[in-house]
Amino acid sequence: MSHEIPIEEALGASFNAPTDPKRRKFLVAATAAVGGAGVAVAAVPFIMNMLPSAKALGAGAPVEVDISKLEPGMFVASEWRGQPIWVVNRTPTMLAMLQKNDGMLTDPNSEQNQQPAYCKNANRSIKPEYMVLIGICTHLGCSPTYRPNPVAPDIGGYWTGGWLCPCHGSRYDLAARVYQGSPAPLNMVVPPHFYLTDTRIKVGVDPKKGA
Amino acid sequence: MSAGQKLLNWIDDRFPLTASWKAHLSEYYAPKNFNFWYFFGSLALLVLVLQIVTGIFLVMNYQPNAKLAFGSVQFIMRDVDWGWLIRYMHAIGASAFFVVVYLHMFRGLIYGSYRKPRELLWVLGVVIYVALMAESFMGYLLPWGQMSLWGAQVIINLFNSIPVIGPDIGLWIRGDYVVSGATLNRFFSFHVIAVPIVLLALVVAHIIALHEVGSNNPDGIEIKKHKDANGIPLDGIPFHPYYTVKDIVGVAVFLIIFSAFVFFWPSGGGILLEPDNFLPANPLVTPPEIHPLWYFTPFYAILRAIPPMFDSQFPGVVVMGASIVVLFFLPWLDRGAVKSIRYRGGLYKLFLAAFIISFLTLGYLGMQVVTPMNTLLSRIFTVPYFLFFVLMPWYTRVDKTKPEPERVTFKH
Amino acid sequence: MNLLKKLLFLAALLPGLALAETAIPLDHAPVDLNNQASLQRGAKDFVNYCLSCHSAQYMRYSRLEALGLSEKQIQHNLLFTRNKVGDTMTVAMRQDDAKKWFGVAPPDLSVITRALGPNFVYTYLRSFYRDPARPTGWNNALFPNVAMPNVLANLQGDQVAVFKTHVDMVDGKPQKEKTFEHLELVQNGSMTPAQYNAMVGDLVNYLTWMSDPAREQRLHTGVYVMIFLFAFLILAYFLKKEYWKDVH
Repeated sequence: MSHEIPIEEALGASFNAPTDPKRRKFLVAATAAVGGAGVAVAAVPFIMNMLPSAKALGAGAPVEVDISKLEPGMFVASEWRGQPIWVVNRTPTMLAMLQKNDGMLTDPNSEQNQQPAYCKNANRSIKPEYMVLIGICTHLGCSPTYRPNPVAPDIGGYWTGGWLCPCHGSRYDLAARVYQGSPAPLNMVVPPHFYLTDTRIKVGVDPKKGA
Repeated sequence: MSAGQKLLNWIDDRFPLTASWKAHLSEYYAPKNFNFWYFFGSLALLVLVLQIVTGIFLVMNYQPNAKLAFGSVQFIMRDVDWGWLIRYMHAIGASAFFVVVYLHMFRGLIYGSYRKPRELLWVLGVVIYVALMAESFMGYLLPWGQMSLWGAQVIINLFNSIPVIGPDIGLWIRGDYVVSGATLNRFFSFHVIAVPIVLLALVVAHIIALHEVGSNNPDGIEIKKHKDANGIPLDGIPFHPYYTVKDIVGVAVFLIIFSAFVFFWPSGGGILLEPDNFLPANPLVTPPEIHPLWYFTPFYAILRAIPPMFDSQFPGVVVMGASIVVLFFLPWLDRGAVKSIRYRGGLYKLFLAAFIISFLTLGYLGMQVVTPMNTLLSRIFTVPYFLFFVLMPWYTRVDKTKPEPERVTFKH
Repeated sequence: MNLLKKLLFLAALLPGLALAETAIPLDHAPVDLNNQASLQRGAKDFVNYCLSCHSAQYMRYSRLEALGLSEKQIQHNLLFTRNKVGDTMTVAMRQDDAKKWFGVAPPDLSVITRALGPNFVYTYLRSFYRDPARPTGWNNALFPNVAMPNVLANLQGDQVAVFKTHVDMVDGKPQKEKTFEHLELVQNGSMTPAQYNAMVGDLVNYLTWMSDPAREQRLHTGVYVMIFLFAFLILAYFLKKEYWKDVH
């Protein structure tokens, strides 16, 4: 009968005679490990549950932008994954002025990974005239204002056209490269894109995957 | 002193962590003779946690809006990663909750766990049961299928039959002339916020009350009567590790059965997920046969068994209400000399068997279409259901009982 | 709306109870969710014949990739509307117009077989018959006075219903009663009855798959979950036994 065995023996402190302490230790460890692994794996569906749904993925599919009516100097706005996509048709004058800015920029040579490899060039674009970018300031996510006019007394004499962020005054040139002294740390992002035809761009996929 | 020990001391000086651990687990002495029936308390706690966790994730994608609700459930089932798993777990978890709670209550019934000094423990348990009914009833409206809508419509209309104030109460609950988007929104609010908070508080109170009076056991005798020199019950063992390791076995078996349904038979033959609920709610078309989910059907059968009197459905509602309310009085209805069925006489066993058979049969009848035969059977089986309680003061007193043992019976 | 009510009524009662007049037994639908060829044919038939009036607004075209179809195949063979592959199977017909034309809006079919059962849909699609009394010229033996016409008539051909007339005594007066006997094919369609049955079978198979597209992942995951839980149970059992050696 049980009362002959003091119960505190079973409590661990003065416990002295488990039949096989090694076996007990092993079973505790094994059950805890397997159970813990089970809980960890069971957490996976719950974590994945918070990823974008098939609906969001469908809505985030690559988009096509028609640039056939895009006049030189103008830009056309589109939307991809809920973000503004801008395509700017830069004039030869605009392109010529880009180099002038290099000394005032944070990352003039696009060393930071803010564009696909095929856009890591002086113009940050596939075709020199067409700049494709995600119109979101790299500071805190506002959408900058297009200011193509090089005459801008409110900004300064150095201005050659570009974007000015209304939130905290970050400045970008017409290759979407950020000026030194701006709150924004990086150039604006160039999304993966490629030309379906001369006048239609697919935004959201790299050329190889999309072709 | 190790860093861990230091941290523990630091916390213990500010919060009774070790003390709580000891009071409720490592030095909470439970009778050593718990059997199969004692798994269901910890399992109920497990299901509660599962329901809360899955519920949190469902709310992320569910739309409490009459136009969007049905579609958002399909959205969860199809477009959200693993949404089907979480939704099935929650829907089947509701049924699992009632299975576990019914078995837990049955355990209390047969071993007299509601008897002195555990009256309040039992009453708190019945309040939990009622809160759970409210929780699941309101949750069932949310998928906004035909059964959701019409089940809610019928049950809320029961309130309409209350004399004088009834129609106003119905209107107040619905917030509209029929069950509508307004009803859906308030039921959503209650289902995800109000009732869960109440449930959690009640569960905590239930456990505190249990640990105050100590667990009953299959022999229905008090282990606190025989203590050793340190004041520890001779027939008690620390809950942790003995019952934690035992309950883990119960958890594993439960999860196997639960997963079998979730992964291989989620519709449960139309009982767990009803076919009619795959049709979007339509306030203009009533499904041919409306009944609540299986865990309410015993009471629904009792409701349908009572004929309208004085041109009113109210007597049926009263009797149905009584069939639940009577549970609260159980501790004071039982006058038996012993608690456990092991030492009860034949009379008690006879009434108990009649009660259980009635409850199950009524549950079945509540799911069937109304026919004269089914109504007659419902009436017949309603009688032993109530006789079990009404005659309890008599038959428990006159019953021939066997003597209780001094110490618990335990076979190694 | 009365029609849907009747449909529901029949759906609930048909398995067991014999209904007066038009109760016909349900035929067993040849559902085989592992038959990918049948599901592909069903998907194609669904898009061709059903999707012009009925939507499946919770089903994404891209899901069809699970049936072994590539994105290109879906795009070129199954997408007739301006939809993208990531879109759901919506329908151009406006619900209000549909209500005006048919009296009821054609129900969404995303989960129809979970509501009615595959056997019901299988029998229903094969039970249309000519009935000049109906505005559409069609009636259905399983679903009397249904609003939907037999859109598959040029495949199936024309059926007529054969009734048996007999005289019953009702309240002591003789009364003529018509009882439905069976359906008869009076004009062949472009398919033989066997071909037509097979085609409806594919269609219902697809509808059943579409009503529960996570099934495959569910069963697959379930097997691993079960294996894990049994392994855990064994460990837990021995752990419990080990500790309970202390208790005498």
